[in-house]
Amino acid sequence: MQSPVKYLSHKGWHQTAIIAIIGGMYVFGSWILGFNNVDGLLAIPKAFSWLGINFKPTANSVTYLPRIWQKLMQTVLLAISSTVVAATVSIFVALLGSKVTGINGFVQTIVRGIASFFRNIPLVAWSMILLFSFKQSDFTGFLALLLMSIGYLIRAFMEIIEDEASETMLALKATGASYFQVIFQAVLPQILPSILSWILYMIENNVRDATLVGILTGTGIGFIFDIYYKSFRFDAAGMTVLAIIIVVIGLETISNQIRKVIL
Amino acid sequence: MLEVKNLQKSYEKDKPALTDISFNVQPGTFVAIIGPSGAGKTTILRSLNQLIKDDDGQILLDGNDIRTANKTQLRKYRRQIGMVFQNYNLVERLTVIENVLHGRLGYKSTLAGVFGRYTQEEKEEAMSLLKKVGLENFALQRCSELSGGQKQRVGIARSLIQHPKVILCDEPIASLDPASAQNVMELLKSLTEEYNLICVANLHQINMAKTYADQIIGIRKGHLVFDEKADMLSEDILRTLYDQDITKELE
Ligand SMILES: Nc1ncnc2c1ncn2[C@@H]1O[C@H](COP(=O)(O)OP(=O)(O)OP(=O)(O)O)[C@@H](O)[C@H]1O
Ligand SMILES: [Mg+2]
Repeated sequence: MQSPVKYLSHKGWHQTAIIAIIGGMYVFGSWILGFNNVDGLLAIPKAFSWLGINFKPTANSVTYLPRIWQKLMQTVLLAISSTVVAATVSIFVALLGSKVTGINGFVQTIVRGIASFFRNIPLVAWSMILLFSFKQSDFTGFLALLLMSIGYLIRAFMEIIEDEASETMLALKATGASYFQVIFQAVLPQILPSILSWILYMIENNVRDATLVGILTGTGIGFIFDIYYKSFRFDAAGMTVLAIIIVVIGLETISNQIRKVIL
Repeated sequence: MLEVKNLQKSYEKDKPALTDISFNVQPGTFVAIIGPSGAGKTTILRSLNQLIKDDDGQILLDGNDIRTANKTQLRKYRRQIGMVFQNYNLVERLTVIENVLHGRLGYKSTLAGVFGRYTQEEKEEAMSLLKKVGLENFALQRCSELSGGQKQRVGIARSLIQHPKVILCDEPIASLDPASAQNVMELLKSLTEEYNLICVANLHQINMAKTYADQIIGIRKGHLVFDEKADMLSEDILRTLYDQDITKELE
């Protein structure tokens, strides 16, 4: 048996060691990459002033707005639809795979495997892979976002079910309720707020990601940003970025309001 | 009558959680199961409605063995056995009356249960039970807005609407303040008499067990060491039951 004093001093020592290791890795990494800290820091204000001067939307850039707006809405819709479809699929799969509602250990392992496979392939890689089969189209972007979201949501939903529903499930099982009665009367109502909260988060996240995916798949807001940028219309590109920021902040505000009501 | 015969259970090999537990309970009896932490009280209680599959023995409810029941039969036994939990285990987001009505699910077709379609009589009975537990004005309130004592009374109403022969309570008052605890114990006691129930409660408070129980069962390290009328419980027996833990457990 360790004495508490010994344990605590041990713990302090461990923390120091961990900080030293992280610091060491940083220095080593900088050295490998030839990253000069001072120059790196000095470059930041320079980069921002370049951004400020070149990307500043002018009076003229307002003429781009209708087109930017149309593409942006297209992107937002893509994000919402991919998230909603992903959530619908994920809730069923999560019910099959969670420890408390799942069928058996074998299915649980398979579901966990699938979720982590979808989650751990980077979004860019998904887009590239899907480009081969589906060419540059909205559908490619939709699929890439869908698969990625499914990976995240299955995992999140399973954890929610395990954390929040196991106790009420037990109570209903004890009354003699059947499996489906327990799912619909106890599990789903109990987890609904957390599920909605995750869906909202995923929509926000997918709007940002859809922009990136759009550059690759040639659709949506990412696509016109790419065009403006490559044709040196920096003011229009700046306008696009500004519009994205406003919409993302707007979405976040709305979903925070919704969260307040449901939670 | 509830008869438990030679019940055995081990979660891990060669580490028995229950060894040869046997006892009988007559209708209209409030039984308290007491014993130190980890003695096996929860294991016994959950075996009685087969939430835990025990290894061997018999559990007879009016002569029928629950342990050998198939899935459909088990559902029928379970609806005759209500359960009350330490953490209430209600669906917090649903209303009080919806939670009470959950006790009817075992009697309904899967579809009617899935969509929560209850008959007029069921709803009226739910209301009258809420009145019985003193919550008639809370029927449409969300359970998350109730106090602990109120939640526990919803849990009791949910078990009563099952028309149970047995009610199992796993530390029903462990999360409650003294006044609510007393209130819940009195309720359980009076319901046991009124409906001629078998009420089995795991308790950590020995004075509560002495005050409210008719029969007391003492469990220690998975063995039954005491099974008598409540007034037979002596200091000596408590000392063997709790060992050196006694002072800690009694406070
Ligand atoms: N799921 C499980 N897996 C393995 N061992 C378990 C499991 N549940 C209980 N046990 C063990 O079985 C024994 C009896 O546990 P049980 O929960 O029945 O005790 P208890 O009397 O209810 O205790 P408490 O008063 O703390 O609730 C304990 O030693 C415990 O560690
Ligand atoms: Mg216990």
